[in-house]
Amino acid sequence: MQFRRLLVAMLVGAALLAAFGTAAGNGLTGKLEIFSWWAGDEGPALQALIDLYSAQHPNVDVINATVTGGSGVNAKAVLKTRMLGGDAPDSFQVHAGQELIGTWVKADRMEDLTWLFEQQGWTNVFPAGLITLLSTDEGIWSVPVNIHRSNVLWYIPANLEKWGIKAPTTWDEFLTIAPALKAKGITPLALGENWTANHLWESVALAVLGPEKWQALWDGTLSFTSPEAVAVWDLFGKILEYTNDDAASLSWQQATDMVVGGKAAFNVMGDWAAGYMSTTLGLEPGTDYAWSASPGTQGVFMMLSDSFGLPKGAPDRDNAIAWLELLGSKQGSDAFNPLKGSISARTDSDLSLYNAYSQSAAKDWQNDAIAGSLTHGVVANEGFMNDFATVMEMFLTSRNAQQAAYACDAIARQNGIGT
Amino acid sequence: MHLTRDRIIAFAVLLPSLVLVGVFVYGFIGQTVYISLTDWGRGGAALAENPQMRLIGFDNYKELFTGFLHARFRQDLVNAFFYTVSLVIGALALGLFLAILLDRQPRGEGVFRTLFLYPMSLSFVVTGTIWRWLLAPEGGINVLPAFVGLPTAQFRWISSRDQILTFDWQSLPAITAGLVAAVLVFLSWRAWRAGRLRRAFATLAPAILLILWAIFGQRVVPQMLPIPERHGFNLATIGVILAAIWQFSGYTMALYLAGLRGISEGLHEAARLDGASELQYYLRVAIPILKPITLSAVIILAHISLKMFALIFAMAGPDNASTGHPAVLMYLTTFRGNKFALGAAIAVILFLLVALFIIPYLVSSYREQHRRAS
Amino acid sequence: MTARVPWARALLYATLVVVAAIYLTPIYMTVITALKDPANINLSTAWQLPSPLNWKSFSQAYAKLGPNFLNSIILSVCATILSSVLGSLNGYVFSKWRFRGNDLVFTLLLFGMFIPYQIILIPLFQTLRQMHLYGGLPGLILAHVVYGLPITTLIFRNFYSQIPDSLTESAQIDGAGFFKLYLRVIFPLSIPGFVVTFIWQFTQIWNEFLWGITLTKYAANPITVGLAQLAGGEAVSWNLPMAGSIIAAVPVLLIYVLMGRYFIRGLLAGSVKG
Repeated sequence: MQFRRLLVAMLVGAALLAAFGTAAGNGLTGKLEIFSWWAGDEGPALQALIDLYSAQHPNVDVINATVTGGSGVNAKAVLKTRMLGGDAPDSFQVHAGQELIGTWVKADRMEDLTWLFEQQGWTNVFPAGLITLLSTDEGIWSVPVNIHRSNVLWYIPANLEKWGIKAPTTWDEFLTIAPALKAKGITPLALGENWTANHLWESVALAVLGPEKWQALWDGTLSFTSPEAVAVWDLFGKILEYTNDDAASLSWQQATDMVVGGKAAFNVMGDWAAGYMSTTLGLEPGTDYAWSASPGTQGVFMMLSDSFGLPKGAPDRDNAIAWLELLGSKQGSDAFNPLKGSISARTDSDLSLYNAYSQSAAKDWQNDAIAGSLTHGVVANEGFMNDFATVMEMFLTSRNAQQAAYACDAIARQNGIGT
Repeated sequence: MHLTRDRIIAFAVLLPSLVLVGVFVYGFIGQTVYISLTDWGRGGAALAENPQMRLIGFDNYKELFTGFLHARFRQDLVNAFFYTVSLVIGALALGLFLAILLDRQPRGEGVFRTLFLYPMSLSFVVTGTIWRWLLAPEGGINVLPAFVGLPTAQFRWISSRDQILTFDWQSLPAITAGLVAAVLVFLSWRAWRAGRLRRAFATLAPAILLILWAIFGQRVVPQMLPIPERHGFNLATIGVILAAIWQFSGYTMALYLAGLRGISEGLHEAARLDGASELQYYLRVAIPILKPITLSAVIILAHISLKMFALIFAMAGPDNASTGHPAVLMYLTTFRGNKFALGAAIAVILFLLVALFIIPYLVSSYREQHRRAS
Repeated sequence: MTARVPWARALLYATLVVVAAIYLTPIYMTVITALKDPANINLSTAWQLPSPLNWKSFSQAYAKLGPNFLNSIILSVCATILSSVLGSLNGYVFSKWRFRGNDLVFTLLLFGMFIPYQIILIPLFQTLRQMHLYGGLPGLILAHVVYGLPITTLIFRNFYSQIPDSLTESAQIDGAGFFKLYLRVIFPLSIPGFVVTFIWQFTQIWNEFLWGITLTKYAANPITVGLAQLAGGEAVSWNLPMAGSIIAAVPVLLIYVLMGRYFIRGLLAGSVKG
C-alpha cells in the first residue's frame, strides 16, 4: 500500500516536474539573432516579443539587429550581402508570400516549415487562404507574425459632414463627388511618394478585377494586356487627376496629415495609418477618424504579412525554432499585435486586447475573401516589384494606360510571374 | 651612404599600399566587369549559396541602352549630365563670387569664411534630409514669400514632373555630332583669326563632315529604339542641385580664396597703378591666374557629382524617377531587384563616365610630372 | 586694397549678410524642428518657432545614437591616423626616393581616388567576408584606410615636393638613412600636411554612408547609419532625425570652425596644383 502511494507520488512529481520543466525553459542556450527593419514606433511591439521570449528562455542572448531607412531597402541590402557571404542570421523578417519565395526559397536558402505548422496545429488556426499564399508545392515557408490590411479608405467623419458628402463605396461614386471637392480647394484623394501610388493602384485593380481575376494575374492565367487589366490603368489615371500634385515629395504620414488637417478628403493606405493616427496623433478610432474598405473592394481583405522564416544554416537553429513557435502562438501574437497596430493571423486571438479599428479588421479577416498585396510582397517577387516601381513612375509622367499595360506584361515575363 | 639599401627599404615601405590598392581597386573593378558580363540575377535564384552565372557577353549593356524597360536608365544618364554641368558651373561661380567678396577683407571675414565652409562638414544624408524639408512644396521655401505679403511660390521642386530641353533619344548621336562640330567651328574661327590657316582648315573639315552626318546620317543608321523616347532636363533635379551647390561652394570658395591670397600684392598694385578698376583686376588678371585651381576644382566637383548617391537617396528617395541617377539605380537594381549582373553593368558605365574626366587629367598631370622630373 | 567708395563697402556687407542668411536657413529649419514636439511637426507650420521647446529630442536622439556615435569616433580616429601615416610615408617615398616608373605608379595609385564606390561594393564585401572581417569595425577601418591611401598620398607628395632637395641631401651626407631622414627632417615639417589630411579624412570617413550600411552589422553601425535608422521606419517623429543630424554634425563642424584657417592654408600648400 505504501509502495503504491510512493509510486503515485513519484509519478505525479515527475509529471509536475516535466510540466514545469518545459514551462520554465527547456534549457536553450546560446544566442538568437533576429534581423528586421522594425524600429521607431514599431520598436515596442518587437521588444514585447523579445521580452516574452527571454522570459521563456532566459539563457538565450537575444540580439535585436534592426536596419531601417528607405522602406526596408537598406535592411534587404544588408541581409543580401550577409546571405551571399554565408552569414545568415537566425531568423529574419520578410514579407510573407512571393517576396520570400521568389528571392530566398527559389535560391534554396530556406527550410520547409510544414512540420512545424502541423506540430503547432497552425493549419487549423490560420485561414486557408493565408496558408496558400505562404506556400509553394514544396512546402510552407514562413510564420506570419501579423496581418495588415492594404485596401482601406480613411477619412474624418466630421469633415465629411461639413462638406456634405459620404464615403464612396465605388470608384464611380468617388469620381462623382470629386470635382465638387476640388472646386472647393480640397484634394479629393491624398497621395504620397511612389510606393503609395503602387499601394493605391492595387486597391483600384482589386476593385476593377475582383479577387479571382486579381489572383489570375499572378498565376499567369490573366494577361496584363487584357482589356480588364488595361481598364485598371485607365481608371487609375482618372483617379490620379484628383490627387495632390506634390505627392512625390510627401511621405505617407504627410499624406495622412492632409486628411486629418482637412486639406484632403480621403486617403487609401494600409492600416498602419490607424496606428499613426491613434498613437502619434492621439486620435480616437471611430469618432475622430473612420474607415471603410477602399471603394469597390467590400468583402475582400487584401492582406500583407510580416513573417519570419528559418534560413538554412542558421547558427542557432533550435533557438530560432523556439522563436518561430512563439510568433505563431496565441500568446506571442496577442503580445505583439496590439502594440504594432496590426491584427493576428490566428482566428482565435483575444479581441479584447485590441482597439476599435483592429477589432473591426479582425472580424473582416475571419469573414472576407483573402487577396494578396502586390506592393508589400505577397503576390509578386522582388524583381517584379522593383521593375513595377519604374513602370509606375513612367505612368505617373505619361498617363498612357496602354504603354503601362505593355510594360507590365514585359516585366512580368522577365521576372517569371506565373511560371 | 647605403643608397641602394635605402632605396630597397623605400620600395618595401611603398609595396603594401601598392598591393592593397592593386587588389582593392583594380582587382575589384575587374571582378565587377566580369560580373557585368554574366547573367547573375536574371530569372531568380540570384541569392543561392553558389549562384549560377553564365557569361553572356555585352547583353546587359545592350539592354540598358536599347531595352524598352530601361528608359529610366537612359534618363538617369541624361540627369547625370545635367547634374554634373550644373554643379560644376554653380559651385565654381558661387565659390569664386564668395572668394572675391572675402578677398576684400571685410570685418569678420573669419566668421563669414567659416559660415560658408560649414556645409562641407555635413554628411550627404544630413543635407538630403534637411533640404527635403526645405523644399517640400507646401511647407518649405515656397511658403516664405507669404511672410512678406507675396503669394506663395508654386514650384513643385522634387515632385515636379516637368521637363525642358527635351530631345529624342534617337537623335542623340546627331546632337552630339552637332555639339562637337560647333566646338570645332569655334576653334577653326579662332585659328583663322590668329592667321593659322592650316589649323583653321584642319578643324573646319571634320566639323563639316560631322554636320553633314548629323543631318543625313540618321536616315542611314538603324534606329536604336522601336519608339521615339523623349528625354530632357528634369526640373525636379533643380532642388538636388541647389542642395549640392550649397554644400560644395564652400570648398571652391576656400580654393579660390587661397589662390587669390597667393597672388602677390605687387601684381595687384601694378594693376591698380595701370588704372584698372577692381572689377577689371579680377576679370583680367586674377581669374586667368587661377586657371589651374579652376581645373582642379572642375575635376573634383565632376567626380563628386557622379557619386551623389547618398544625397539623392536621402533627399528624394530611391524611387523618384525624376531625380534619378545611375548610382541610385545601381543600388536599387542590385539590392532590391536582385539583378546583380545588370547592377554591375550600370556600375561599370558609371565608372567609365568618371574615367572620361579623370583619365585625361591624370595623363596630363603624369606628363607634367615626368617633364618636370626629367 | 579696400575700395575707397563707402557705398561699395556697404553693398559688400549687405551681400555677405544676405548670402550668410541663405546659408543658415537649413540650420534654422533643423534646429526648430528638432525642438518641436512630434505632434506639432507639420508642413504648414514648418517655419514657426517651437513652443514649448522640446529639449528631450536631443536626449532621446542621443540615447539611440550613442553607440553609433562611439563607433564613428573609433572608426574615424583609427582610420584617419592610419591612412594619414601611411600617406605620409608613401608621399615621402614618391617625392624623395624616385625610382623608375615612379610617376606611372603614382598615377595608377591616384586613380583609386576617383572610382565610384558602386563598382567595388560587391567584391569588397565578399573579400571582407573571406578575411572574416565582415560586419565589424576592423573591416570598415580597413576599407577606409585602403581607399584613403590615394588622396593622403597625393596630399603628402605634393606637400613634400616643396621641401627643397638640398635639405634632404645634406642630411643624407650626414649619414641619415631612409627612416632617420624621415624622422629627423621630413616628419617635423609635416604638420600642415597632417592637418589637411586629418581634416579631409576625418570628414570623409565620419560622413560616409554606403559602406557603413552594407559592411557592418548592427553593433558596429556608424552614426550615418544610425541617423538613417531614425529617419526610416514607417512612422517617423521628425524631431528625432533633426536632433540626430545636429548631434552627428557636431564633431566635424567643430573641426571646421576651429581649424578652418589651417585647412585653407593647407589646401594651398598641399593639394592645389600650380
